[in-house]
Amino acid sequence: MRSATSLRQSSAPNVAGPGHTPLRHLLSVSDLGADGIEEILRVTDTFVEVSGRAIPKVPALRGKTVVSLFFEDSTRTRLSFETAARRLSADVMTFSVSGSSVGKGESLRDTVETIEAMGIDGVVVRHGGSGVPWQVAGWLHQAAVINGGDGSHEHPTQALLDCYTITRTLSARAGARPTGLAADPTGRGRSLDGVRIGIVGDIRHSRVARSDVLAFTALGAQVVLVAPPTLLPPSLVGWPVQVSHDIEAVLPTLDVVYLLRLQQERMHEALLPSLREYTATYGLTRDRARLLSEDALIMHPGPVNRGVEIAAEVADQASSVITRQVANGVAVRMAVLYLLLGSGVDLAA
Amino acid sequence: MVSAGNRVESTPAGTVVLDAGGCLVAPGLVDLHTHLREPGREETETVETGSRSAALGGYTAVVAMPNTDPAIDSAATVRQVLDLGRDALCDVAVAGAITIGRAGTRLAPLAEMAALGVKLFTDDGSGVQDARLMRRALEYASSLGVTLAQHCEDSSLAAGGHMHEGEWSSRLGIPGQPAEAEELMVMRDLALCRLTGTPVHFLHLSTAGSIAMLRGAKASGLPVTAEATPHHLSLTDECVAGYDTVYKVNPPLRTEADVAAVRAGLADGTIDAIATDHAPHSQESKEAPFDQAPPGMIGLETALAVALTELDLPVERVVALLSWQPAAIAGLSEHGLSITAGAPANLCIIDPEIEWTVDPSRMASRSRNSPFAGRTLRGRVRHTVLAGEPVVVNGQAQR
Repeated sequence: MRSATSLRQSSAPNVAGPGHTPLRHLLSVSDLGADGIEEILRVTDTFVEVSGRAIPKVPALRGKTVVSLFFEDSTRTRLSFETAARRLSADVMTFSVSGSSVGKGESLRDTVETIEAMGIDGVVVRHGGSGVPWQVAGWLHQAAVINGGDGSHEHPTQALLDCYTITRTLSARAGARPTGLAADPTGRGRSLDGVRIGIVGDIRHSRVARSDVLAFTALGAQVVLVAPPTLLPPSLVGWPVQVSHDIEAVLPTLDVVYLLRLQQERMHEALLPSLREYTATYGLTRDRARLLSEDALIMHPGPVNRGVEIAAEVADQASSVITRQVANGVAVRMAVLYLLLGSGVDLAA
Repeated sequence: MVSAGNRVESTPAGTVVLDAGGCLVAPGLVDLHTHLREPGREETETVETGSRSAALGGYTAVVAMPNTDPAIDSAATVRQVLDLGRDALCDVAVAGAITIGRAGTRLAPLAEMAALGVKLFTDDGSGVQDARLMRRALEYASSLGVTLAQHCEDSSLAAGGHMHEGEWSSRLGIPGQPAEAEELMVMRDLALCRLTGTPVHFLHLSTAGSIAMLRGAKASGLPVTAEATPHHLSLTDECVAGYDTVYKVNPPLRTEADVAAVRAGLADGTIDAIATDHAPHSQESKEAPFDQAPPGMIGLETALAVALTELDLPVERVVALLSWQPAAIAGLSEHGLSITAGAPANLCIIDPEIEWTVDPSRMASRSRNSPFAGRTLRGRVRHTVLAGEPVVVNGQAQR
């Protein structure tokens, strides 16, 4: 096992909360720090309550316009953001590459500047190239940028909804209502202290894994990455994680097992011999799932390759919180949009 | 040059007098590695704009790289670029391609180009991948009195890499190319140099491993030379952290340890020359996602200042690396000469102490992709004299 101590923290963390500089964009989990993450999770509690109402809608972002700027197909993430924006009463515009002039050779910058000229308040950017949300943020003058997933880099709202799902499931099970432990300014008692999380699969290409490692460890979790060497990043210097190539040894030690989607095209890059061998060596099969402790959570960012990284019946068993992740996704994104675009708006209005 | 010394007794009427107070009078600088982009990519640079940029940087000669469109792989294209350089603000020498179209499959007419004075051949932009073809090129060239220069990059190992592979690429989620992609080809070409005896010049070496191999090869007497760029002696892969594509370059910016090795190689003579790899790109093309933006940085107007600012070497050593050592590699007999009566007056007058802030919008290059924008550097060219003509006076190009 390899381990290391500190991931890079943003030099001046923007924390959304009273007494702090308001967050302008949400590009990386490292922009938030533990306090910022906990703040978003607390606000998410409010929106989970809103989502349970007969009319799950509040006027917090009435008059604001949110654009989803998706250069990569992702129906789930886009719908989750758009649903969140609508439940906050924002106007929503969808920009997808196929129906736009990007296909006609319009540059990324022109696209972004054109959209901002229409008078928008927030833009959710999804792009296959790592770093594009940073470039977009540099070209915009007013609008807030939310990283909806960039290349193999980050997917911060996925990490936030994962943190929300884990912390709230564990605290509900413990019989306590969520208390927002990290409100403690001394930094003691972070909400994933002592929780051991295994992330299994294609870490190398995964934006979910990069954001999750930052978020889980910021909240105090121990993270172990489980993957064949070809699916790990070339360097793990600065990653506060352990590494294992033996899923069966790791599973009994975990409170949470997080499976990543395995892309079929990895086979063409000589990263793996076959899907079959991957499933045989790293898949969460029914037999392996029995190695987990009874109350360990099973998670997946979706969409699931049933029978590849996880057996169908395992994905559906009671300890799987995969659909809860999706439900929490809307509330977390409401919290992010609210904190970026609607600060000062009274939620009770 | 009529006479040289600290006192000039009399000047004929009409002589231009340049104030060199506090300055160092040096032979003009020579760049072994300039992308002038003509023919084919004139929106990013031309021989005229690139040579003006060079003159402002103190250069009196540059070697134009052949990865133009079409590639400089025939006598006709060599003549075209030499003609364009005829009345440029610096002398323009041409490097020819080793293979037709730089495609790496058939030998280009090396003898025909050598007959026009081409002294360096390279497929720069990529390395010659086929070891057998490279061996033949070296053998064939051995009778021509020329040097083959290699952009060392094993394309199968580097494939898909947009920055140095390591700690930063792993965090940033950008596919990297390992140092070994460069080192494999350095190793191979040292072996081929030993096999054929033809001189090999190693372009823009960027890794500690490459430099260690070069040091050993020189100690064993192989006819090899090497260059390093201003950016590889000063910048690391950490620069990419903000995804600014101005820092995308090939070979990529490497680690602190590699930068230290480049500096040590320059200090101990393993690396013979500082060469700019001046690679202009339009702003539009650089405003692409990092993995789609073209690699390359401009450097002609900052190279001397970066070297003076960053290297802990006496100014004479810096000038050696920028002037007479590259002139010798390029076979440019009128450049990099000692300043004596009778020698051609190719000179650069350097104010070694002045501090200035790099502003790409004030550069003569047609492109703006400088990684040093906004930096304060020490040392600047005050005047440049090309064959007796003051082409830059007080930092202003004269035509």
